Amino acid sequence: MDAVWGAVTKLYGEVGASLTGLSMINCDSARKVFVVRTSLATLSSVRASLATITSVAGVQASVHVLVVSGTLKALFSNF
Amino acid sequence: MKRTFADLHLRVNPKDHDATQRLINKAAKFGYHFVSVPFAAEFSESQLVDLKNACSQAGLDFVSRADFKPRNQEDLMRFLRKFRRKLEVICIICDDKEIARQAAKDRRVDLLNFPSLDYHRRFFDRAEAELASCSQTALEVDIKPLMIMEGPPRVRLLSSLRREVAIAREFHIPIVVSSGVGEEHLMRMPRNLASVAYLFGLNETEALDAVSTNPIAIIVQNWEKMSSAFIAPGISVLKEGQDP
Repeated sequence: MDAVWGAVTKLYGEVGASLTGLSMINCDSARKVFVVRTSLATLSSVRASLATITSVAGVQASVHVLVVSGTLKALFSNF
Repeated sequence: MKRTFADLHLRVNPKDHDATQRLINKAAKFGYHFVSVPFAAEFSESQLVDLKNACSQAGLDFVSRADFKPRNQEDLMRFLRKFRRKLEVICIICDDKEIARQAAKDRRVDLLNFPSLDYHRRFFDRAEAELASCSQTALEVDIKPLMIMEGPPRVRLLSSLRREVAIAREFHIPIVVSSGVGEEHLMRMPRNLASVAYLFGLNETEALDAVSTNPIAIIVQNWEKMSSAFIAPGISVLKEGQDP
């Protein structure tokens, strides 16, 4: 989650990051899949920030948005 | 309707088979349909065939493309005469104002790419856009610099890109968003690639068009031009008859 916060803060600054309402919902480290919540108004900003992540904890990495959903029920039923 | 995506700028050395194969496989996994590895001014038919085979094995369509950075106008003309009929996409790297203007004027050029990060060496202004709109040349934006840069250089690049996109929109110039990457970890899924375009002012539909509709329109148009039935824009052979 540090990498996500770092990317959002780098692109939009601390004020911009505070508007996103980012929070971690679930993290499946075995599948390397995590679920984050953000407000709908800042979805595009968060997506763009996630695409700019190139390393996590000093290791080369990339983050891909697999599914976007309005509710957790729909999210887990679709994915 | 389901979108078909294209990444016309995978920057990998075609001679490095392993790296090329890895990138092609990754592109297929990410859901691209068309990929392109640019050739320089010299290329061999065998390399082209190898790449086409590698792509077809991965379930992709390979688009032949040449990137050229001409030294002067004569150099540009020589390159276009030599390669236009051979390759599907022609991109001119504009590092000089005179070259940028000439490339924008020429109907044989498909893409204009401005690689410089320096504001003063990016020549996509209103005059350039007017010329490009007459010749239906598209503006290509590579995403890689936005991913690898940080701080003031990225701020300046975003500012330049936002200005260029606004000009392109005003003159109805198609924008093509490409990755421009040569490393696997920098490759992004098509929709994630499109989401980066939000940073320089494209809305969701425009950004998705920039990775699907716009590049595919260029490819399809050039397939038509390269077919034996093509005579000139708007004129093609429908049926051949015989003298009575």
